Amino acid sequence: MSTHANASYADAQAGAAITKNGTGAATACMQCHGANGEGQATGGFPRLAGQGRNYLVKQLTDFKAKSRINPLMQPIANTLTTAQINDVADYYASLPGWKPAASPVPDTAQTARGAQLTHRGNWDKGMPACFACHGENGAGIAPHFPAIAGQRATYIAKQLKNWQAGTRSNDPQGLMKAVADKLSADDISAISAYLENPK
Amino acid sequence: MLRWINRLTQNGKFHPMWIVLATSAIAVVAAMIAVPAIYEGAKEPKKPSPVAVKQIPAAANLPEPDSGQHDLKPAPAGVQAVHFTPPAESEMPSGEFGDTVKLGRNIFVHTQTYAKGFVGNGLNCVNCHLDAGRKADATPLWAAYVKFPAYRDKNKKVNSYEDRLAGCFRFSMNGTAPDYNSKEMIALTTYSYWLAKGAPTGVELAGRGYPKLENPPLAPDTTRGATVYQANCALCHGADGLGTKVNGQYAFPPLWGSDSFNAGAGMHSVKNAAAFIKANMPLGKGNSLSLQEAWDVAQFVDTHDRPADPRGK
Ligand code: HEC
Ligand code: HEC
Ligand code: HEC
Ligand code: HEC
Repeated sequence: MSTHANASYADAQAGAAITKNGTGAATACMQCHGANGEGQATGGFPRLAGQGRNYLVKQLTDFKAKSRINPLMQPIANTLTTAQINDVADYYASLPGWKPAASPVPDTAQTARGAQLTHRGNWDKGMPACFACHGENGAGIAPHFPAIAGQRATYIAKQLKNWQAGTRSNDPQGLMKAVADKLSADDISAISAYLENPK
Repeated sequence: MLRWINRLTQNGKFHPMWIVLATSAIAVVAAMIAVPAIYEGAKEPKKPSPVAVKQIPAAANLPEPDSGQHDLKPAPAGVQAVHFTPPAESEMPSGEFGDTVKLGRNIFVHTQTYAKGFVGNGLNCVNCHLDAGRKADATPLWAAYVKFPAYRDKNKKVNSYEDRLAGCFRFSMNGTAPDYNSKEMIALTTYSYWLAKGAPTGVELAGRGYPKLENPPLAPDTTRGATVYQANCALCHGADGLGTKVNGQYAFPPLWGSDSFNAGAGMHSVKNAAAFIKANMPLGKGNSLSLQEAWDVAQFVDTHDRPADPRGK
């Protein structure tokens, strides 16, 4: 094993410790993001397990720099050092990502609409498919495009509305703002429901 | 009638030009009434007509590229272009015909999987013909299909639709065209035919090719283009322009290098590339670049190394 691999293994270990015990200054991440980074259906706590490393580092850095605003996450991110940010990002990125359910969830009219927008987009409004930027099956395109498949519906809906309202604006080139502005309230419900368990 | 005109003219009260003007005015009005009426008749019951006449400025005014690969003729300014909406994907028929339509779509969208043997780079047809060849202003297939067979200056003869598909295989895909009777050619033609369902043949449809692009205020410049590129394009296409891969396939296609279109391709004309980029890039933010930025970045893209023109030009 190279020293680099050793170092990165040690980082992830240190990251794991932070997620379970906190840092003294920061609350343990698992209290909100789940024991294995799986997020929580209620409360809008996102899944972090299997998310891209660069994306996680960027978000924690953005919270710290106040270019992404959230009253729960901000105070926690503020206490993390650059090294700690890299450690937790390494750890969460190393966990298994979301996998499609073994027995597929039955389609509803709402999930069918969600699937249409996710896989095909809405070109009448000039909106590309979500997966054109978030990867073939929503698993993300490293380093800039996060995984969104298997993400909590409450969280996705909240982010899309934040972009519409301008309360989240840390997306590069305003790419997500351009997308969110083309979604109706019904579109957002349909997409969020579908993305929690996409095919 | 003639004698009446003669009399008026001789009296010096009337100039024959008025007849010409009046007749043309009547013809224009008649055309405006007649064209929608014809397509009303063709539509299926209870569905909104996909065809309506819309005034658009000089539709699909595409210039000759350096390569001469394409030859969309500029329409005269202010010409009536017919508006058309292709059928929804959910309306694809079943049965053997429907299977061939679906195969055509698959070849077009996943060319790397369904027609790998005919492709010499890392691209799929859909990379330049967005939304599976449906999107207006991104060279949609339905608008192309109804304009073939067509005479092309490039080879001074009447070309079939298959000839046109073959052109993109050879240049844009840096490959070799499948036989005209192969299942790939038949499927691509069938898919195009189905997308054009209900469209009038031989008519210039609104949204064909790319929207006409004015000349830029300043001559296109590579140095400025590089700055535009790093700020607006590198995120997806890579700082090195070589695209971004996931599991061995391009999630974001390469704009130059050995896996991109060759030097004979339509996209290798700066004017075509500028028009495509202005209307369609960055993805999801079409028409956000200024005219100057689109030309500069197109110039920058097209100055990079790529596979040679197979015609040895
Ligand atoms: C008190 C609850 C809470 C705790 C504890 C917490 N978080 Fe969060 N976290 C949130 C919430 C809520 C959000 C969503 C913010 C939003 O809606 O914009 C979030 C978002 C994030 C994001 C952005 C995720 C994305 O997909 O964009 C990251 C990364 C993150 N948290 C990491 C951490 C880490 C690391 C810790 C531990 C050091 C931690 N969080 C502890 C509540 C918490
Ligand atoms: C043109 C590219 C593009 C398209 C298309 C796109 N996205 Fe995004 N999306 C992004 C980028 C870039 C980010 C990362 C923003 C950041 O770095 O903060 C993002 C982030 C997100 C996030 C936040 C993830 C998180 O964990 O906080 C969600 C949710 C999301 N996108 C949903 C969607 C949905 C739903 C669609 C389709 C309706 C879509 N996106 C289409 C580019 C795109
Ligand atoms: C690198 C970009 C690119 C790729 C990839 C590409 N094309 Fe094209 N295609 C163009 C451009 C640019 C034009 C229009 C200008 C021209 O004629 O050169 C065009 C024109 C066409 C036309 C005629 C359009 C019209 O209105 O007359 C058809 C049909 C076509 N392409 C089919 C295909 C097929 C099938 C494939 C895949 C085998 C493909 N293209 C791949 C760039 C591309
Ligand atoms: C958000 C990601 C993204 C950004 C930013 C972006 N593109 Fe693209 N681009 C794409 C995707 C995806 C395709 C293929 C479209 C498809 O297959 O549906 C594409 C296709 C292209 C193509 C035709 C295919 C090829 O390989 O030649 C060109 C040319 C192009 N882009 C140029 C640009 C330029 C120039 C910019 C900056 C002004 C830019 N793009 C910004 C994602 C992006």
